[in-house]
Amino acid sequence: MSLNAKDKSLITGIWSKISSKAPELGAEALGRMLTVYPQTKTYFSHWADTSPGSAPVKKHGAVIMAAIGDAVTKMDDLVGGLSSLSELHAFKLRVDPANFKILAHNIHVTIAMYFPADFTAEVHLALDKFLQNLALALAERYR
Amino acid sequence: MVEWTDQERTLIANIFANLDYEDIVKPDVSCHHSLCLRCLIVYPWTQRYFGGFGNLYNADAIMNNPMISAHGVKILHGLDRAVKNMDDIKNAYATLSELHSEKLHVDPDNFRLLSDCLSIVIASKMGYDFTPDLQAAWQKFLTVVVFALGRQYH
Repeated sequence: MSLNAKDKSLITGIWSKISSKAPELGAEALGRMLTVYPQTKTYFSHWADTSPGSAPVKKHGAVIMAAIGDAVTKMDDLVGGLSSLSELHAFKLRVDPANFKILAHNIHVTIAMYFPADFTAEVHLALDKFLQNLALALAERYR
Repeated sequence: MVEWTDQERTLIANIFANLDYEDIVKPDVSCHHSLCLRCLIVYPWTQRYFGGFGNLYNADAIMNNPMISAHGVKILHGLDRAVKNMDDIKNAYATLSELHSEKLHVDPDNFRLLSDCLSIVIASKMGYDFTPDLQAAWQKFLTVVVFALGRQYH
């Protein structure tokens, strides 16, 4: 389900809208994921605290959201643009790719909460497609 | 048998107490609250079940289709049955599950898609009140409903 011109325009639009709050949104989405889908905590057993609002969650949420923001600028070639991140996830982190979908859902929920008027059905559609493509690019080097 | 904590029961009951079904399905100008609309737009293959609903050609057509909003309310009232039977959702949904399998022929994956959309619509309505604990209880509830709806398929 590749991105058409309308999708790309909606994605750059919503991202510029949310970018000033990106670190906060990232922390919120990650914290939610760890709470609502506790199996995802297995990847963070090295953190003292996985609760929403904790220091490691805030820090890592910001990292993830910044990487997604960077991917927005590389929308025309996600596989190429995310190749080193894909290697990291494939060989070092070894995150089961099913979890990308879970995080994507929590990103949708968080943006819907913070920007309800902007997160229209069409923006939701475009973002869902983008995050799916991002997940595929991230899983590219897995096997 | 699903175990519900007292906190979960309260959280779920509170969501339903404050839920205005007509409002959730109503298509407003920015389309950010309407449930059925959102599902039919974000996952367009779900439109396959609504061939008899007239014009679904684009977002505007779907937005102005009264049959779609009416159907959204019907679906939400279906959730009432689960809230009233939280300790036995499996059996409370047995006939509904058969209906969806034998008569409506709905792929059960669609229940998951609709439940994800519902969580997102509720998040956009409640904003910061949709806390992580509330989301966890709500999604647990929807997971049980989705499972019960898919149970009679064979």
